[in-house]
Amino acid sequence: MTTYLIRRILYAIPILIGVNLITFALFFFVNSPDDMARLALGGKRVTEEAVEKWKRDKGYDKPHFFNVREQGHARFTNTIFFTKSASMFVFDFGVSDDGRDIGTEIRTRMWPSLAIALPTFSIGLAFYITFALILAFFRATYVDVSGVVACVVAMSISSLFYIIGGQYLISKLWHLVPISGFDYGVDALKFLVLPVAIGIVSSIGANTRWYRTIFIEEIGKDYVRTARAKGLSEARILFRHVLHNAMIPILTGVVVIIPSLFLGSLIMESFFSIPGLGSYTIEAINNQDYAVVRAMVFLGSVLYIIGLSLTDVGYTLVDPRVRLS
Amino acid sequence: MPFKPVILWTDALLFLLLAAAVGLWLHMRSRPHLLQPWRNLVQSRQAMGSMVFLAFFMAVGLLDSMHFRLRISPADATQESRYRVQTLSALDVLVGPLRTQTEKTYSAPLATHLFAKETIEAAGDGRTRAYPRLTYGGAHLSDPATEWLPDVLRLIAAGLGLGAILWNALALLVTGVLARHTGREFGQTWRAIWQHREPLPWRTILISAGFIVLLLAPMALLATRYHVLGTDKVGQDVFYLTLKSIRTGLLIATLATLVMLPLATALGIMAGYFGGWVDDAIQYIYTTLNSIPGVLLIAASVLMIQVYMATHPELFDTIEQRQDLRLLFLCLILGVTSWTGLCRLLRGEALKLREQEYVQAAHAFGVSHSRVIRRHILPNVMHIIVIAVVMDFSVLVLAEAVLSYVGVGVDPTMTSFGNMINAARLEMAREPMVWWSLASAFFFMLVMVLSANLFADALRDAFDPRISVASRGKA
Repeated sequence: MTTYLIRRILYAIPILIGVNLITFALFFFVNSPDDMARLALGGKRVTEEAVEKWKRDKGYDKPHFFNVREQGHARFTNTIFFTKSASMFVFDFGVSDDGRDIGTEIRTRMWPSLAIALPTFSIGLAFYITFALILAFFRATYVDVSGVVACVVAMSISSLFYIIGGQYLISKLWHLVPISGFDYGVDALKFLVLPVAIGIVSSIGANTRWYRTIFIEEIGKDYVRTARAKGLSEARILFRHVLHNAMIPILTGVVVIIPSLFLGSLIMESFFSIPGLGSYTIEAINNQDYAVVRAMVFLGSVLYIIGLSLTDVGYTLVDPRVRLS
Repeated sequence: MPFKPVILWTDALLFLLLAAAVGLWLHMRSRPHLLQPWRNLVQSRQAMGSMVFLAFFMAVGLLDSMHFRLRISPADATQESRYRVQTLSALDVLVGPLRTQTEKTYSAPLATHLFAKETIEAAGDGRTRAYPRLTYGGAHLSDPATEWLPDVLRLIAAGLGLGAILWNALALLVTGVLARHTGREFGQTWRAIWQHREPLPWRTILISAGFIVLLLAPMALLATRYHVLGTDKVGQDVFYLTLKSIRTGLLIATLATLVMLPLATALGIMAGYFGGWVDDAIQYIYTTLNSIPGVLLIAASVLMIQVYMATHPELFDTIEQRQDLRLLFLCLILGVTSWTGLCRLLRGEALKLREQEYVQAAHAFGVSHSRVIRRHILPNVMHIIVIAVVMDFSVLVLAEAVLSYVGVGVDPTMTSFGNMINAARLEMAREPMVWWSLASAFFFMLVMVLSANLFADALRDAFDPRISVASRGKA
């Protein structure tokens, strides 16, 4: 197990280097720092000194990979790549445009994000699997057919409409919960209910249908026929045998996204003005704060790769046939 | 020439795509084994019903993709002909007054007065605060309070009548052509259609077409006198904006696929077929790209494109060209970020096909790799490609709205569903609420995505060999 984990981590390193190089190329080769400086300072009437000063302040006034003016290892360390991109490997994300340390921001902002994303994820999962089991239980009847049609209609509606509609109905018309905002401690609850509920409802169609497909596929397998021949009730087959065996495909899709829950949801957080990482990213995009976007891209892939490794480990826990070797 | 055609980048690609589809059809026409799944598809009621709606959207999108600039009538014949700066599309000409008849600001659907009170100079006693009359909407009524309802009802009734006539003409035409084609009597064919005994689901097609005609005809008649779906903040007709948004959604959904398809197909098949270091390299590329969260990668790329376009203004002359370039880049980015899923599927399938006896036999005969891929692998993974393309369509239309909301979508000045919804967010906060542009965007987007989803489902049933075997086993 330990050796397997170590191998997974070693396997992740080249991927992270790739991600790092992609973001570096995207942010420093597509446009030169001069272009970015001009845009940030506004328009074409920018003096050369102002551009130089902007680059110096941001630390962009260095060569990309190799600094010929330095001696020894400083030739490699005193470059944009080393100070801005490679430093992210030790989670040193630098400072944002408003002068704050990005690492500290991430550490404080991930908790509100998690407060929304974790309940949405876990309660949602329970809902979707329950609905899918009900549909699978009544398969090929009107309950199933109308359920699937409802799912298709639900997944054809843009998530933006669920949010706008939910905010309008529940907060503006019925005044049940505040329309947006966030608070810490127990007070957070009243701000959390609506985004969590909308988050669950908005993806109910796609998810229920997806889990239903998994269950239906599982029901067609031989062991189900054997169980029926043995005289087990349909409900017992579905809720014990099928559900257990369907855990493997379900886990594949689910475990991968658990670490990424830290990142929060861009849209949810900006609609409900929750001070999480999602709204942090959106603000950075709108303010063209490249340092923050770069940091979030890197953090996102680190979390995704952790999720991939967790999935593999999760397999061994639910499926004794899979041995990590 | 009274006009000069303007071919924007995205127009060219859309027409290229259309030509490719026609080419594919010509290629398949003489190969019955390739046509079989399509034959299953056109016999499915769900597929053809939703196809009628999709065809409507595509027609609007195509009309809106034929761009040109009108000529300014020269003062004398010797002058060199010059053209207006403004780029129009065939749709703009077709809807005529909808584009030009703009009001001052918001007005509700079918309204005769503006939505906000203004100070009006009254004839006798100075100024009053009142809702001013619209410049165009209901301008033909002398007393809106009494004449408005009868006029609207009359237009709706006339529209329904016109729709009914059009629809009947269509039904008779279809029956006539079908009767001539099969050599049966007219009445016999008519009954066969309505009792659903035809191989093609003509009844479903006609009913779907009926829905469209009966909805559009009254709207078209109303649109000549009123703003059917109201006007937006700067007084533009919302119905017109909605029609224009269709092209944007359609283009994003099709062009991103066009970018993604060759990449995913080539790399996926190569990885599965050759294995070894090729497989390792391709797997490394897609795992790396896949590990960056999609929205963030798109956001980062679009930010960079923004900077690039701001520093290279020489790439475009007009606003339309700027919007177009941005749309093209967005499609490119969406394509580059979304090919990994299909690539992985194709790799798995090619891995399996490589071990098949007929592929090994081909190797034994000394057939070259490229020929094996073309003749044996590609036709056998075609169903995966077709399903993936159609499944992606609705996802991409929905993604456009979200991306435009986040601020990394299409150009903010471009008409799109995303920008309409984005604007609606502020309108919803007004008191009383401006609901119509959100509702129109919502309705048209729902119909578009829903018909795409239904079509995709039917297509998957027709193409996926696994499903067709399973359903045959059940029956």
